Amino acid sequence: MIELKNVRAGYGTPEAFVAAVDDVTLTVHDNEILGIAGESGCGKSTLMRTLYGDFSGGLKMAGGKVTGNFTDPDSGRTTTSEAAGFQDLWWDVMSYVPQGSMSVLNPIMKVEKQIVDALPKREKKGSKADLRQRIVEFLAGFGLPETVLDSYPHQLSGGMRQRVLVAIAAFVRPRLILADEPTTALDVVVQKRILLMLVEIQRRLKNTLVLVSHDLGVHYQITDRIAIAYAGKIVEVGPTAEVFESPRHPYTEALIGALPRVGQKGERVGLEGRPPSLASPPDGCRFAARCPEAQAICRQSSPPLTDKAPNHASACHFR
Amino acid sequence: MTQDFPTPQKPSASQGLPVLEINALRKLYRAGGMFSGKQIAAVDGVSLTLSPQPQVFSIVGESGSGKTTLARMILRLVEPTSGEIRLGGRPLTGRHRDRIDDFEFRRLVQPIFQNPFEAFSAYLPLDSYLINTAKNLKVAEKTTDGADVVEDALRSVGLSFDRVRGKFIRQFSGGELQRISIARALIPNPRLIVADEPVSMVDASLRMNIVNLFKTIKEEKGVSFVYITHDLSTAYYLSDSVVIMNKGKIVDAGAPQDILANPREAYTRELMGAIPRLGERWTEIEQIKADALARDAGVGEAQPLRARA
Repeated sequence: MIELKNVRAGYGTPEAFVAAVDDVTLTVHDNEILGIAGESGCGKSTLMRTLYGDFSGGLKMAGGKVTGNFTDPDSGRTTTSEAAGFQDLWWDVMSYVPQGSMSVLNPIMKVEKQIVDALPKREKKGSKADLRQRIVEFLAGFGLPETVLDSYPHQLSGGMRQRVLVAIAAFVRPRLILADEPTTALDVVVQKRILLMLVEIQRRLKNTLVLVSHDLGVHYQITDRIAIAYAGKIVEVGPTAEVFESPRHPYTEALIGALPRVGQKGERVGLEGRPPSLASPPDGCRFAARCPEAQAICRQSSPPLTDKAPNHASACHFR
Repeated sequence: MTQDFPTPQKPSASQGLPVLEINALRKLYRAGGMFSGKQIAAVDGVSLTLSPQPQVFSIVGESGSGKTTLARMILRLVEPTSGEIRLGGRPLTGRHRDRIDDFEFRRLVQPIFQNPFEAFSAYLPLDSYLINTAKNLKVAEKTTDGADVVEDALRSVGLSFDRVRGKFIRQFSGGELQRISIARALIPNPRLIVADEPVSMVDASLRMNIVNLFKTIKEEKGVSFVYITHDLSTAYYLSDSVVIMNKGKIVDAGAPQDILANPREAYTRELMGAIPRLGERWTEIEQIKADALARDAGVGEAQPLRARA
């Protein structure tokens, strides 16, 4: 569906450019749930905005190519575009749930009008009453009552506002939903309901969901494939079950190994040190300074992301 | 050098009195505007006891469960509406003659907050901040004594005085700054540390380093912890005792292996079932996949979209 080839994106001027996404090559497939995991500052939100073609707020693409091929399942027609043209497809072919989505609704407009305004023409066919009824039924799946439609955002809790955004993004039946930490501020019970709804919608529409989350448990539960980001690079990508069972990259292994689990009291140890600054990344592998297996070559040359098993790639000289 | 000042009477383990006792604690807030008589109980009749032995006592719940209000009452940041809190047998609340005064309280009980970047001044170098803390708590009189006390505290968290000398908060990562806030809490050698979501803003790869520090401090320094969290995995890993809060009340309490690994209470089961855990997939996901396959194969009727949980 979307192919990123050697993409370099970030912020600043050509003389002082900070690449939050640096030389990333990644394919987003049709009909899959792809997770992007990593710690704060690793570039996962910038990667999402690049996938969405949202080059506002100083974000620039300094190299590489992003190409999208979106096929309409009803007509079979394929729309091909590059990142700069993705804006024409927003809230129609692709939708986006931004990070901190509980604060992006217009505070002086009732929720129903905000939802209807965001819908593409094909969703507005028929009477207003029919459309409202369809929206009401859809929102109920997210645990939202009809009164939400007649409310202003300040009358809803943060969690309800967040659910409204996720619901709008799914209601337009896009080919691609990009969700950046869509359930981060929600309670676990509500989080589970939203995640199950997103999976259900993806399986019904056979579209693609790209989900950014710092919570590896969320990825384990719902994603088909997972990409692990570290300091602006993708260091591992593969089928979720396989990555969790036999991680290839030492960073992925350390991240999974550091997570405590209910029912297991054994000692868990975190990593020492911290990721390098994206403003002055080191030569070679960016994880080398924290890697227990690092050798001289790791500090000299950056390992490319290469297949180590079918559909399972890692960027490590040794694994 | 250090510890030249009279130490306030510490409730010690040898006295056999609980570190912390909370009896029928309530906190009511007014709801629905200035003229509304409606009240909401953020904490509603909570009672709990921390035994004299050093321990990690976890208070677990979702947002709005009242766990942070409870922590703020223990820290004397919020006055309870009714009920009683005792530290080493002496009252923290009310107008009792032997009520622990504010200075003594700060030496006995220390907080660790969620966001370490808001726990320090952005305009003061951290070494000055920490030395001032030692002087204000009368653990040290002179700056040189303060530096020794701070060095000791920083060593306990795996750092050194040189690491913080002349540096400001923006020069540290979240994980490192949270270690420094633990060191700050250790300066008066407290009996109890109340940690409110101390690792929720720390990156996953560093989180266990902080959590393991709590274990070490408990064992080596005899400090007890009240650990407030929504994260059941770290609560299980770290705690000696756990209580689950919901809507201001304690709904479940016991050893973590009893109430988290084998939950019996309905609310605890619901909470455990909703956590996206590693190694155990939600059954609903498998059902969604099976339904999709059945639809593709033309088997069964298409069901309307509905919530699965």
